[in-house]
Amino acid sequence: MEKDLNWREYIITRLIKFSGYSAVIFVSLIFFFLLKEGLPTLAEVPLGDLFDLRWYPIESYYGILPLITGSLLVTIGAGLIAVPFGIGTAIYLAEIAPRWVRNLLKPLVELLGGLPSVVLGFLGILILSPTLRVTLNLPTGLTALSGSLLLGGIAIPTVVSIAEDALDAVPKSYRDAALAIGATRWQTIWRVTLPAARSGVLTAVMLGVGRSIGETMTVMMVTGNAPVLATGLADLFSPVRTMTATIAAEMGEVANASTHYHVLFFIGMVLFLISMTVNVAASAVVFRQKKRAERVLS
Amino acid sequence: MNKILTKNRDLTQKLGFSLLTLMTLLTVIPIIGTVIYIIVQGAPAISWEFITGFPREGMREGGILPAIIGTFYLTLGTAVFSVPLGIAAAIYLSEYASENRLTRLIRLAIINLAGIPSVVYGLFGLGLFVLFLNFGTSILSASMTLSIMTLPVIISTTEEALRAVPQSFRTVSISLGGTRWQTIRRTVLPQALPGIITGVILGLERAAGETAPILFTGAAFFLPRLPHSPFDATMALPYHLFVISTQVPEMPIQIQYGTALVLLVFVLGMNVIATIIRSRARAKRQW
Repeated sequence: MEKDLNWREYIITRLIKFSGYSAVIFVSLIFFFLLKEGLPTLAEVPLGDLFDLRWYPIESYYGILPLITGSLLVTIGAGLIAVPFGIGTAIYLAEIAPRWVRNLLKPLVELLGGLPSVVLGFLGILILSPTLRVTLNLPTGLTALSGSLLLGGIAIPTVVSIAEDALDAVPKSYRDAALAIGATRWQTIWRVTLPAARSGVLTAVMLGVGRSIGETMTVMMVTGNAPVLATGLADLFSPVRTMTATIAAEMGEVANASTHYHVLFFIGMVLFLISMTVNVAASAVVFRQKKRAERVLS
Repeated sequence: MNKILTKNRDLTQKLGFSLLTLMTLLTVIPIIGTVIYIIVQGAPAISWEFITGFPREGMREGGILPAIIGTFYLTLGTAVFSVPLGIAAAIYLSEYASENRLTRLIRLAIINLAGIPSVVYGLFGLGLFVLFLNFGTSILSASMTLSIMTLPVIISTTEEALRAVPQSFRTVSISLGGTRWQTIRRTVLPQALPGIITGVILGLERAAGETAPILFTGAAFFLPRLPHSPFDATMALPYHLFVISTQVPEMPIQIQYGTALVLLVFVLGMNVIATIIRSRARAKRQW
């Protein structure tokens, strides 16, 4: 009986430990498969052609530069919306709003994060794009701008949620001290609370922007999908095509192990590396903040 | 002089607060507006036939039953893989792991998994499950792809729930002669259960609404019948909404809004259930 128990305990402990490592195993597997299917690109397409300005796979033009600029443009646009509105909302919820308003609105904003991106894309096609086309007098409403607006909406919940947590974690004594020496609440927010929470707010911004780069369905549905090189913010008003949308739109139609197939995996590899960089950087920021907090408290 | 300064400061504060309030309203109102708009536009399309019928006339008439059932199967399949694995991984992190290099690596991996773009999961699923393991474009491949994507959500929320259980509970159980696993199984897990369920539902909610990971791993454009086995491809609500709003010309707008509404109810319904479980558990909690 006793022995039986030990034996079972041993098996279960092993299983739990193995599951614990699963995240590492999966990240490695994902990277391995992206390399396995993506790296043959380098043998099949000369590097010069890969960073060319023309993406036209049917005639073997595999220049991914327009796709990269497309992703960048849409993401910058999304950031210009999500950063001010996300941080502004976070400050309002954490510092200004009464507690009950915060408890009502924060879950509501996080609910937006749960809306399927395909639903936002759907509304983008039916409502946002036609509205933009008419009000801005554009030839088409399916532009980088539509993508940026919707992506901004998708990034906002991430920014609000993390930034609000960071502001909320600033000790009350900081605020009290500022108020006691005669600062207004507004001055306290800008000169004390926000600087004290800055690494958390920075993490919020990075993760929000990181999420925008990886968004797929919404941008595929509303950005018009024209692989044209974007050179400045003025291109917000014309159609673009992002890296994610290219993979989603074309992978279904390519032959396995063809050059086109390998290039699409190569783009996936680039996306993987971007998201890894953003996340490692974001967690490094959090880590540093923890260390500083420990220094201050000890 | 001093008075003017104070007046200025008060004015700045007033303006600043109004600006932030306005920004919050501009953030919140579109969210509420979106949900209400879809409910209002989609409600007229909802009928018994729409929920339980098959698509007819090139999907321009009839119902969306295969897509509803498909999303249900995919969510269930995702749960089968991700729930045991995710909870076990969280138990490891909360109850077994010590703070060392390996644990930091695991945490970094979890953060990375959470950030990988959904379409890259699709590529991975295609490479590993569909082609390498030869599962084909199937419910199995799509569910496994989705479960790896939901894993980080389930692990982090479950770990949080486990860590919230006071240490004294464990100490008492161990001192009564319980082994480590018995302590976890009989004491820690039951206490953390509501938190775990909430996390699981939030993870599965994400899986139910995703399109990109299933595009090349299991989603079917149109199927005239329900899938028979895990090796069949399936229709799914998010992919179906994508198809009828971009790929099918002259699609009646009502069916599109109806499909969006059913998807929204499916996903937000899960969200609401999770929120209710969480708040009820908090109210009942004695520690």
